Amino acid sequence: MFNLSGPIPLQAYLLIASILFCIGVWGLINSRNAVRVLMSIELMLNAVNINLMAFSSYIDGDLIRGQVFTVFVITVAAAEAAVGLAILLSLYRNRSTVDMESFNLLRW
Amino acid sequence: MTIASTTQQICFFLLTATIVSGALGVVLLSNIVYSAFLLGGVFMGVAGLYLLLNASFVAAAQILVYVGAVNVLILFAIMLVNKKEDLKPIKGLQYRKILSGIVCIGLFILLVRVDLSTPWSIPGPAAIGEESTIRIGEHLFTDYLLPFELASVLLLMAMIGAIVLARRDTIKAQYSIEKDNQSEIINESKTPVLIDQKSIKN
Repeated sequence: MFNLSGPIPLQAYLLIASILFCIGVWGLINSRNAVRVLMSIELMLNAVNINLMAFSSYIDGDLIRGQVFTVFVITVAAAEAAVGLAILLSLYRNRSTVDMESFNLLRW
Repeated sequence: MTIASTTQQICFFLLTATIVSGALGVVLLSNIVYSAFLLGGVFMGVAGLYLLLNASFVAAAQILVYVGAVNVLILFAIMLVNKKEDLKPIKGLQYRKILSGIVCIGLFILLVRVDLSTPWSIPGPAAIGEESTIRIGEHLFTDYLLPFELASVLLLMAMIGAIVLARRDTIKAQYSIEKDNQSEIINESKTPVLIDQKSIKN
């Protein structure tokens, strides 16, 4: 499947996107620093963007709808990062820590 | 774009190595500042992949928004909350890491299986290549006009929300309604409001 002479196959892009997504999921679960959790979310969003771009280039080549979706995802990711970091700052001001294990106010 | 396919493949492998090692560094390194800079490297690598896919506009948007805005925002947040603190050890943390690692590898195997076994309908229609920027503009102002306008409203909401959340004087404003004496507010001790009650008693 991965011959070294032809063009890059679609599957290679999907493979690297899934690697990136799984690293993001692992980091999201295991990070204790709240900033690193936000970084892991950005990694996962980038993996999704790679998928959208690859499909848009290989399968939907004339109407590149995947690229438009990627632009929207980038927009939403920027908004998410801004609000997430603001929430993080206000959490740090109230609890004076960024340890995820200490944000258990709503834990039953 | 007329890059020979060998050059294209070399670029692809280099970008893959950059992205994967950078992402591993982001989640594994203990110093959070290194993680943030490596995250910028990952974003640049992803932009390079977009260039390989003939999407110059999205690659430029990726660099401008992610590297220029999101990554700088994350660095500022790190500077604002950068306090050396000794994290409390948690029972079974190592066990939890290994368990979630196994789950993530399982997810990865599932994704690879779907990736390799699905008969994708390639080759699709011929890619338009360099005209993609024009086509994105047409999409944004015809059939994706409503999401485009909604995105601008969303950005406005996010901006106002971030300003309100990160403002420093919301608590003082509440006090100033209740109390008239301004000197009390100034002399008031700066203990956080929501701090753990148990830690105060101890």
